[in-house]
Amino acid sequence: MDTVLQQLINGLSLGAIYALIALGYTMVYGVLRLINFAHGDVYMLGAFAGYYLANALNLDASPSILGAIVVTLGAMAICGVIGVLIERFAYRPVRHHPRLASLITAIGVSLLLEYGGQVVFGANPRFFPQMIRAEVYSVGGVQITNQNLLIIVVAVIVMFGLEFIVHRTRIGKAMRATSFNLSVAKLMGINTDYVIAFTFALGSALAAAGGVMVALAIPRIDPLMGLMTGLKAFVAAVLGGIGNIPGAMIGGVLIGLLETWLSATAYSTYRDAAAFAVLILILLFRPAGILGSATVEKV
Amino acid sequence: MRVTTKILATAATVGVLLGLNYLFEYGFGDFRINAYYARILNLIGINVILAVSLNLINGLAGQFSIGHAGFMAVGGYSATFVTVYYGRAIAGLLGSSLDDATGAAVVMTISLLTGAAAAALAGLAVGIPSLRLRGDYLAIVTLGFSEIIRVIILNIPAVGGATGFTAAIPITNFFWIFAVAILTIVIVRNIAASTFGRVLATIRGDEIAAEAMGISTTRYKVLAFVISAALAGVAGGLSGQLFANPLNPQNLNFVRSIEIIVMIVIGGIGSISGAVFGATALTILPEALRRLDQQFPGLRMVTYALLLILTMIFRPQGLFGRREVSWAWLRRRGQDRPAAAIK
Amino acid sequence: MDCASTAWLLLAAVLLSTVACERKSDGAADTTGDIPVGFYGSLTGDGASFGQSSREGAELAVDELNAAGGVLGRKLRLLVEDDQSKPEEASNAVTKLVTQDKVVAVIGEVASRRTLAAAPIAQRYQIPMITPASTNEKVTEVGDYVFRVCFIDPFQGEVLAKFAYNDLKARKVAILRDQSQDYSVGLTDSVAQHFTRLGGQVLPPVSYSSGDADFKAALTRIRSDKPDVLFATGYYSEAAIITRQARELGMKMPILGGDGWVGDALQNGREALNNTYISNHYSGDNPDPIVQNFVSTYKKRFNRDPDAIAALAYDAIKVLADSLTRAQSTNGPKLREAIASADVPGVTGRLKMNAKRNVDKPAVVQEVTYAGGKVTFVYKTTINPG
Repeated sequence: MDTVLQQLINGLSLGAIYALIALGYTMVYGVLRLINFAHGDVYMLGAFAGYYLANALNLDASPSILGAIVVTLGAMAICGVIGVLIERFAYRPVRHHPRLASLITAIGVSLLLEYGGQVVFGANPRFFPQMIRAEVYSVGGVQITNQNLLIIVVAVIVMFGLEFIVHRTRIGKAMRATSFNLSVAKLMGINTDYVIAFTFALGSALAAAGGVMVALAIPRIDPLMGLMTGLKAFVAAVLGGIGNIPGAMIGGVLIGLLETWLSATAYSTYRDAAAFAVLILILLFRPAGILGSATVEKV
Repeated sequence: MRVTTKILATAATVGVLLGLNYLFEYGFGDFRINAYYARILNLIGINVILAVSLNLINGLAGQFSIGHAGFMAVGGYSATFVTVYYGRAIAGLLGSSLDDATGAAVVMTISLLTGAAAAALAGLAVGIPSLRLRGDYLAIVTLGFSEIIRVIILNIPAVGGATGFTAAIPITNFFWIFAVAILTIVIVRNIAASTFGRVLATIRGDEIAAEAMGISTTRYKVLAFVISAALAGVAGGLSGQLFANPLNPQNLNFVRSIEIIVMIVIGGIGSISGAVFGATALTILPEALRRLDQQFPGLRMVTYALLLILTMIFRPQGLFGRREVSWAWLRRRGQDRPAAAIK
Repeated sequence: MDCASTAWLLLAAVLLSTVACERKSDGAADTTGDIPVGFYGSLTGDGASFGQSSREGAELAVDELNAAGGVLGRKLRLLVEDDQSKPEEASNAVTKLVTQDKVVAVIGEVASRRTLAAAPIAQRYQIPMITPASTNEKVTEVGDYVFRVCFIDPFQGEVLAKFAYNDLKARKVAILRDQSQDYSVGLTDSVAQHFTRLGGQVLPPVSYSSGDADFKAALTRIRSDKPDVLFATGYYSEAAIITRQARELGMKMPILGGDGWVGDALQNGREALNNTYISNHYSGDNPDPIVQNFVSTYKKRFNRDPDAIAALAYDAIKVLADSLTRAQSTNGPKLREAIASADVPGVTGRLKMNAKRNVDKPAVVQEVTYAGGKVTFVYKTTINPG
């Protein structure tokens, strides 16, 4: 029994990671209808930004909560800026080209960040400084670390925070308007360029926070780490209903649980394929996702 | 073209290819082909097949597929499997062997046909459910399928698993590669110029309008998908049985699919000449940039990525746009006509 | 039918073929000037850390030899090519090195799947290839021009199985393997085989993929089977996290690994690394002057401790140089003969080529300890082949 519980906890922890990244994906897609392939790589950049900041503050030798907060905020700020730059220089020029051009550009940016990362950071994996010492809590036969708990808590907070921003603030309203119809939103006086930039900044900052949190729990970082995780997070976003914020959370948790369950069975070798199998099934049977609503395409 | 002209043209082509093949294998007199360049030429040929066949889906039909490597894998592994496990037996049946030209040719034909069939089936399996989906979703689903295929192959010890299919017997040569490359161009060309091609163009233009006109879009999209997949499968079979080029699931991943996409994007999505150009340029480019890599390892891929982004921003139609290289263009030039019309 | 594209393609093919022509007699290698030695490795891509380590080891050896006067009175020149961690590129690189750059020998690669792709080229053109670290059996079976200076998977598996059974008294073991790395798959098979032969029980291996960061699910399942010992047959980055997460789950049993554990990032495992053991090619704390010399010169030049991969690449070059001297020639077949009879004291042990072109050297088992922020490998025992 405690194995099942443990696996449940494992699945939740993994799921929270996917959820954190999926939230950013879903937000950008919701506003721009763009699958930002580079999102997973911004997550990677966040982890690296955190790495350099934490080392600059020498947090490995003297861990502190305050230091961790500073590093996280710093990484978020840096990646927010990077996100805005990517949008400005790579996505905006192709915004009015056919959608596939944006997709290809996104792939290009993703590759650029990955291999550029290998050139700049070197290809060797680095280990993230232990800004907060790991502690294992044992409840019944089940173990969970404080870092895993942190990820779960942060993911939930972020989800509520995003919901608040998108549904209860003016900028959120502007984001929703832009997502309905960009040209009309512009006509209504909304500075769509600013709204889009804000969306990217927010999404990228979230990805960075995710990167730092995850690097704390799983300290190995390398320039290619965002690839697979990003892709699976995208699947999670689709599963929950792309453009839907609570959906991203649910999708992330479900994918995490699925992968955990598979790892524990004889089919562990097919675990990587599982997320994609889910994607295909969802798109076949319920393309809107769990919480999404089917939109009719008007001609 | 009249039938006799066609036959003559085909015979001439085959003749040239056989001649070049002889040069590649044995050389003429005191001359021979430098092995490094020969290898690059062979790789160009394979990439041409991949690029032109992808163009059928992405260019002509306007559907965005990032799963081409998956079809290459399915076809490649099936084809190689046949040769490795049944090749000797088949050659033996004909009283020949794999080292003998006849034996090798027959086994190769059977092997490639198997690869094409397997890949076509995969194309069917992927196409039917997926082609109901819109642009970006289709892209992700095809990517997903190709990753699933990759993971499955990784777990089959009989074809080498993570080590790769190193038991492959190298029966591919210049003749086969370029014969198939030319065949691919001819097939896609003919499709483009036919009613089928016109249907695809309509679907590409406005799918809903096409559906409203009574065209069963899914059926045609799936057909294009299957043909494209089959050709990719043949490319896989050729690639895996090239000397010192074993198939490896780790490298038949979506990065490979993206490399093929870059080829047709640079050349111009929708243009066969563009695909050929893109395949050639992007096979030669990494080799030519080796010097650069010596200084800063990884600069090659960074260049790749930048090329992709910049092309999308400044010239999304690629080099050729939708135009083709044609005799008509030469004739127009010769006659000094004012600017030729864009097709 | 507009056959223009076809015609252009054919024309291009003919032109390119003509350009690519060369005289057959253009085959003879130089007898003066620098001796070109080819090196191919994964300097970029997912195998990059191994590629860079092996390159550094090779460069160190080449520079040392040149400083001491070179080989056959000529300096060695290392021509380095990157294969981007792709087998296809490995073949491109080796084809170029052998047919364009006319190297006298090729050193590489680390990952068996890339060596297996490129080795046939060396064999065909009769240029010896020495792999520093490919442990898959099949590599030297490609042909008599392919050699290696490391031990092979079957042997390493035997070492680990024996240690677990005899020294740790384990009777039931679990294995966590990296299904995307042929090294790990090969080692897993070998460990399972030998341990069963000794009379122990091997639970069905659980798989992960390179780059994975979360092993809790797999470990939880293993935990419920209560094995005496856990084998983690993959590479160091994952090993570090596996040990940590295992300890976090309350799993205190010994964890064993192969030479793939040796890499900077293993540090990540921190205290979790206590009570783990690895089989290795050599021990950095071996007081033998050969080893200590190597470690200190490497450290001075590259600013970090060398790993086994760097040491093996270093040894590969030393074997090559020794063979060149004995052959008194750079001619392919003659050089091959010399390498086949090599018996060189290397950093990673005595390198004596056997009939299968592998080396019969013992492996060491080391206990991994973590203290004061540093990982140390403490020598435990030596296990000899056979």
